[in-house]
Amino acid sequence: MNKVLAQQPDAASAAAAPVIEFRGVTKRFGALTVLDDFNFSVAPGEKVTLIGPSGSGKSTVLRILMTLEPFQEGQLTLAGIPYHEPNGKGPFRASDRHLHQIRSHVGMVFQSFNLFPHMSVLRNVTEAPVAVLGLSRAEAECRAIDLLRMVGLADKKDQYPAQLSGGQQQRVAIARALAMRPRVLLFDEPTSALDPQLVGEVLGVIRNLASEHDLTMLLVTHEMRFAREVSDRVCFFDKGRIVEEGEPERIFTAPAEPRTREFLQSVLG
Amino acid sequence: MMYGYTWDLTTPLTYAASILPILLIGLTVTLQAAAAGFALALVLGLAFALLRRSRIKAVALTTAFVVEFLRDTPLLVQLFFLYYVLPDYGITLPAFLTGVIALGLQYSAYTSEVYRGGIEAIPRGQWEAATALNMTRWQTYRDIVIPQMVPRIVPTMGNYLVAMLKETPVLSVVTVLEMLGLANMIGERTFEYLVPLSMVGIIFLLLTLICSAGIHRLEKVLPKAGIPLR
Repeated sequence: MNKVLAQQPDAASAAAAPVIEFRGVTKRFGALTVLDDFNFSVAPGEKVTLIGPSGSGKSTVLRILMTLEPFQEGQLTLAGIPYHEPNGKGPFRASDRHLHQIRSHVGMVFQSFNLFPHMSVLRNVTEAPVAVLGLSRAEAECRAIDLLRMVGLADKKDQYPAQLSGGQQQRVAIARALAMRPRVLLFDEPTSALDPQLVGEVLGVIRNLASEHDLTMLLVTHEMRFAREVSDRVCFFDKGRIVEEGEPERIFTAPAEPRTREFLQSVLG
Repeated sequence: MMYGYTWDLTTPLTYAASILPILLIGLTVTLQAAAAGFALALVLGLAFALLRRSRIKAVALTTAFVVEFLRDTPLLVQLFFLYYVLPDYGITLPAFLTGVIALGLQYSAYTSEVYRGGIEAIPRGQWEAATALNMTRWQTYRDIVIPQMVPRIVPTMGNYLVAMLKETPVLSVVTVLEMLGLANMIGERTFEYLVPLSMVGIIFLLLTLICSAGIHRLEKVLPKAGIPLR
């Protein structure tokens, strides 16, 4: 169903209530406009890959969704919850409680992993479930071990991040994000900081996630082959807008826009 | 005679041996004042550092002002103020407590700057990961930031501990009978200052050497990544 809808993104957002919806979102850093009247929606369970040159605003989309960056104009909803509150104050125009509610639906995997270096692998994965969700340590550990098994690292549970390879650290980071049971999981260039021989193990974990879970996934990546393989829809970004989007097969074999063609030629060689 | 000990001025050595017990009584006061003052400075300094980072502007600015005030006025002035002025407003504190509070307040201004630097040195990615995991600011400080900050600040905090230790003789001006004050009193009574003052100097030297070694050891023992959480 996703594949059919993906060919007509507008119809998709009309058919099922989108889990993510950007309407006319503008994001500026000082004088620089990073997202310009940005419109974008994602259906529940959809796996969307954002590609494009660096500085085109792909990562900003994820960072706005994770409430790491505020935006100035337009509207954004996640699972029907608007990011801005009617009388919200501060750069996010929302109270801490409101932001807390939004964040409970979304998780993020970072380019630089950002594991907590002073915590064992197990503690990294159980910290937030205990502190935020209020699980008992025993229950959180039970869940964490299942997740670590899923990413193939159950045997590393007592090690510290510095003792792991980059690929292993990123797999722990994925388990850590999943432990909060988000509806939407954001991947911000999850393999860009890895040595080439470690990329595969991380992509393997993401691939399994994509095929086995109804998690909504947004992925910013430069791994084009992988993007083509796992996503329902690929969006090509340039200068703060989506220039072209569609089913991966079509985008990669027959891009309609010259800018997309240029970009793909430069990255695929 | 003091604290039941009489001095023996026959030779410098017998003199030294006879007043050592008196100075050691003073030493315990010095150590207690420094320990309590430093504990206060560590706790209060952290509170100041966190309040100064508050998102409520008024709180952050007031804290910045208080810290700046404490740092930029002499310890002696603060000490006199607490000891001689507060009683006019009905607050009379024992001399020792006054000394501890003055030391703690002054040094909390220094330690808060150390904490601030330590907090700012935590990479942004750590805060972002905590936000992405929906942790509150307080939880992030408690479980992520502070445990990672501690190993970074130990050396500087150690320097302040040594500095505070060496400043405890100031408390003698508000009648706290610490080591230097006692040495001075012995000198006044015997007209023989060389031995007691030299002994105080040596004892302070030994103390700071021990402190520095302890801090060095602590630096070695603490993992660079932070206080480990299993």
